[in-house]
Amino acid sequence: MSLELAPATTRRIPGMAGLARIVRSDVLAGIGLVLLVLIVLAAILAPWISPYPADGTVATHPMESLLAPSSSHWLGTDQVGRDVLTRLLYGARTSLVIAVAVLALAAVIGVTLGVIAGYLGGLVGDLIMRVTDIFLAFPALLLSLALAMVLHPSVTTAIIAIAVTWWPWYARLTASVASSIRHRGYIDAARCLDVPTRRVIRRHVLPNSLTPVLVQLSLDAGGVILTAASLSYLGLGAQEPTSEWGLMVEQGQSLFTTDWWVVTFPGLAILITAFAFNVLGEGLRAGLDPRRESR
Amino acid sequence: MVTYLLRRIGQAILVVVGVVILTFLVQRVVPGDPAVAWAGPRASAAELARVRTQLGLDQPLPVQLWNYFVGLLHGDLGISVHTRQPVASDLGQALPASLELVGTGMIIAVVVGLPLGLIAARFHRRPADVAVRLGSMLAVSMPVFWLALVLQQVFATALGWFPVAGEYLNSLNQTSPLHVYTNITLIDALFTGNWPIFTSTLEHIVLPALVIAAYPAGVVAQMTRAAVGDELVRDHTRMERALGFPERSIVTRFALRPALNPVVALLALVFAYALVNTFLVESVFNWPGLGTYAVDAIRSTDTPAIAGVTLLIAIVYVVANLAVDLVQAVIDPRVRLS
Repeated sequence: MSLELAPATTRRIPGMAGLARIVRSDVLAGIGLVLLVLIVLAAILAPWISPYPADGTVATHPMESLLAPSSSHWLGTDQVGRDVLTRLLYGARTSLVIAVAVLALAAVIGVTLGVIAGYLGGLVGDLIMRVTDIFLAFPALLLSLALAMVLHPSVTTAIIAIAVTWWPWYARLTASVASSIRHRGYIDAARCLDVPTRRVIRRHVLPNSLTPVLVQLSLDAGGVILTAASLSYLGLGAQEPTSEWGLMVEQGQSLFTTDWWVVTFPGLAILITAFAFNVLGEGLRAGLDPRRESR
Repeated sequence: MVTYLLRRIGQAILVVVGVVILTFLVQRVVPGDPAVAWAGPRASAAELARVRTQLGLDQPLPVQLWNYFVGLLHGDLGISVHTRQPVASDLGQALPASLELVGTGMIIAVVVGLPLGLIAARFHRRPADVAVRLGSMLAVSMPVFWLALVLQQVFATALGWFPVAGEYLNSLNQTSPLHVYTNITLIDALFTGNWPIFTSTLEHIVLPALVIAAYPAGVVAQMTRAAVGDELVRDHTRMERALGFPERSIVTRFALRPALNPVVALLALVFAYALVNTFLVESVFNWPGLGTYAVDAIRSTDTPAIAGVTLLIAIVYVVANLAVDLVQAVIDPRVRLS
């Protein structure tokens, strides 16, 4: 029976060609993609391209504290004499690791619960959706703040705290996709053929949810990075000597008047990274929308 | 309509109850004994036991949760470890200042964001549209604490155009004392005709309100652009074009009206978001609101205070969402029938 063999996806996952098409038609998305590639490269290559790799972790040079930008320290040095450029490059690692970990956790938990709630429904499904509503009643930063405070502040607890506030979005998204296709013909057909539920979910429900979830992931990455930086700025995220942009701003803020570079550059790094994710995510969403504007 | 109303209010109450349980649980997850935090590290065992009984910590968790609920219904949010005042009265002091700041920010956001969104929709894919998208994307990607520091540095410290910090010049209270009614300084000063304090507050609020406005303005511009853009491909627009209406009035008269609904709905969401952003902005400008209070509470691991702020903002959020839904149900029959 070939009825259920062809997985029915209503929207295609963007391949390289799709991405190229989106980027060509949308200047901003293109800029976002280029920036993002550069940031990822900077994060991966940090130990090799940093001028002073030791400064990225534990080294301090009290004799060279707060040097203005110069040819030996392009972006100056911080209060304990570490090269700001080096700390920025290592900070890219911290930010990207947090973003990937948070989104992976949130997507796995959210999609699983969303499929259960949307496809299987029933009492358990209702319960899941009510719990989702409760979590959605907190702005993300607020709950992660409360959580990060009661856990011992670190990168790991920041990841957990943000992931706990982020999964409900994926649960709601997946549930709405799953419940919208639950009564489509191909699902009924599969059911009539006695295809196991597990298989229906894997072949039909998950592939259909994949594109909206992917788009949502790319849209959310910027928000996660901002939230993580905000937690660190409040002292509830990464701790010394980890290189983290929000933490760098916090440590430099009292020196802003005299030593502008210790605050300006880490803030710009957060802005550019969040911007890159946001414009790319926005471009993907517009580009993959089936009702795409035909004006 | 009545059924819809009741169902929606019922849902909101359920969510609030869930939020209360969640904040209670978060408080109880605290590693370390709340009694120790209260009595101090050098307290004797007998003293700790006394504090434990006093705070009700010797009772089983469900009983504690019940007591917490009952306390909340009486407006009791516990005692702040940091200020040693009831959290509820602390919040009562801090909330008006934050509402003043966020309210001003939201007004700026709508006044700036809505027209920009309209312009972007009208000149789709042309330079004006790209410029608005670029600007709004930068606004939503902005680390607000950094923007606060930069604006303060440039426009207050370096250029001296605006005051660096505070809500208004406190010395003005000697020459023209402020009569407090609502605790919202701008409103109190305006209605008592206290111009010195009114203008001083306006000067002080500009920079923090601009920082708070950045994110909502970006979101409002994007949402307006998308919603109006959707209307411009509908049949009614084609009809209006055929009838010879100028493009300008098609956008501002016919496309904006139906597009406003999602934008208004978004405002409630963004309002709560902006309220949380005060955590990152107020302490920079020393604004005496929830944000400054929350940051102080974080610094002193003041769990009851944090739980109180969390609960308050979550409830504001739920109520704002409920209000938007109800308003929409009144003006748009499709909402309540679906």
